[in-house]
Amino acid sequence: MDAARKKKVSVFSAHIVLIIASFFFMIPFIWMVSTSLKPLTQVFTFPPEWIPKPVKWSNYIDAMNYIPFFTYLKNTIIITVLSTVGAVLSCPIVAYSFAKLKWPGRNILFIITIGVMMIPGQVTMIPLFLLFEKLGMVGTPYPLILPAFFGIPFYIFLLRQFFMGLPDSLREAAKIDGASEFRIYWQIMLPLAKPAVLAVGLFQFMASWTDFIGPLLYLTDSVQYTLSLGLQQFQSQKGSEWGLMMAVSTMMTIPVVILFFFLQKTFIKGITFSGIK
Amino acid sequence: MKGNIQLAENKNSPKTESINQINITAKKRLPNGGQYKTGILFASPWIIGLLVFYAIPLFSSIYFSFTTYSILQPGEFIGLQNYKDLLKDQLFWKSVYNTVYFAVFYVPLGIIFGVALAMMLNMKVKGMAVYRTIFFLPTLVPHVALAVLWMWLLNPGFGLVNGILSTIGIEGPSWLGSETWSKPSLILMSLWGIGQAVVIYLAGLGDIPEDYYDAANVDGANWFQKTFHITLPLLTPVIFFNLVMGIIGAFQQFTLPYTLTQGKGTPANSLTFYVMYLYDNGFKFFKMGYASAMAWVLFVIVMALTAFVFLTSKRWVHYQGK
Repeated sequence: MDAARKKKVSVFSAHIVLIIASFFFMIPFIWMVSTSLKPLTQVFTFPPEWIPKPVKWSNYIDAMNYIPFFTYLKNTIIITVLSTVGAVLSCPIVAYSFAKLKWPGRNILFIITIGVMMIPGQVTMIPLFLLFEKLGMVGTPYPLILPAFFGIPFYIFLLRQFFMGLPDSLREAAKIDGASEFRIYWQIMLPLAKPAVLAVGLFQFMASWTDFIGPLLYLTDSVQYTLSLGLQQFQSQKGSEWGLMMAVSTMMTIPVVILFFFLQKTFIKGITFSGIK
Repeated sequence: MKGNIQLAENKNSPKTESINQINITAKKRLPNGGQYKTGILFASPWIIGLLVFYAIPLFSSIYFSFTTYSILQPGEFIGLQNYKDLLKDQLFWKSVYNTVYFAVFYVPLGIIFGVALAMMLNMKVKGMAVYRTIFFLPTLVPHVALAVLWMWLLNPGFGLVNGILSTIGIEGPSWLGSETWSKPSLILMSLWGIGQAVVIYLAGLGDIPEDYYDAANVDGANWFQKTFHITLPLLTPVIFFNLVMGIIGAFQQFTLPYTLTQGKGTPANSLTFYVMYLYDNGFKFFKMGYASAMAWVLFVIVMALTAFVFLTSKRWVHYQGK
């Protein structure tokens, strides 16, 4: 009786704490959605109006006509999906090699990998731009996709930490059964690291989806533009269209929110590192 | 195995040699030999990527740092002049101070709040999927929208924050307009976006076997003991990861202060961060050589800090796999 009651109280207080904290984290999102439904005159009123009066749904239609929305959406999807596929294919296998296979120079290469994460993107920007120009890729989406297929240090480091947590005994058992190194990786280790791999996929998806500097540098023709470049256009042409801009921001944010909502369940299942049990 | 051989040698038994021989042949046949090739093969995409997308651009930028290179002119070789100029540059030192200030507060606070949030979001209560999504929301909102929101929230006259403070009788500071409060404001805003770190902590928490907690419960351990003797020690590999990334991220702080101040670092350069000044030198004043020198100084500082963290990690990071 007493224990059950105690549990009820702790669950209740957990909800209270979570709801209060949630409120703070929801403000920017609510504000964005609310602004997306306001006429321009209501955006900066004080005290703030959280509920737009009247609700201006036409902002969404106007926004889609203001910029070539569907062309930008298609471009964004192509770049995002391909670069995510690239990162998910390349990073885990490299991380696995760093964590579980022994080869000369491995540790030095790993320290260098950590080292290159510390280089501000601005440092390599110009030389990299010149490189892609020599390859004839400026003005195409390739500079935004191709590097992902060759590994991204942040994700390699993250995945390496997770592979380090998997016991060596699993590998050795499979080895005795005559499995090849690739089979051990593909059929045993990779499935165990699924939560971490999904996290990496999500991070890359988000990074690519909202990337601004990359498309700005490499996409020269407005037919190739992505949505984040489109957002900027609401500011540069004829003053700032806050309502329309937030409408596109909302449309950009919602797919990622839905994606996150469904993917986070696999983080709970992080316990599928059950090789440990 | 080694221990056995040692024992056999001590006894000086006639079997010693044959045991040693078996050991050597076994070593040759063991997967270790094959691992060299597979290891390098598996890592090969990154070895290529590292060379093409990182090493070559990086070495070009070292060269640039010794020249007066700008995008407009090829520039000439001037040796260490860029580095000497940096030491005399007042704004350079100001940007170093601002960046260190930010890092010193943001990195520890980020870890404390991140771990606490993740532990809250790892509780077994209904509707957790919704809570987790909410805590991740600020990281999903585009930066341009975020910057506009913060300017409005922290407006000294009619912003929401000072509005709430005045109802309880406190006269709020002018936040982003004040030299003293601008950096704390920025730290506050950045803490709002720790969703990504929280996800990584959550994945780490899910990785801790339930058995440990069951055993602790049997022994009658309380919440405090379970947190400090099971959860936190087993979370150290993930904390280590986020610590390193936090240091790197803090020193590269750019997008938020840049969009907030339209690249000006106002008031009185109190929000001019290192990479902002670097960017200005490279892309506003077209002093690519000078900017490259700055980049290399930053690289050395952060590299030294990370090396230090790595050296201490053996004392406090525990890997379950080992």
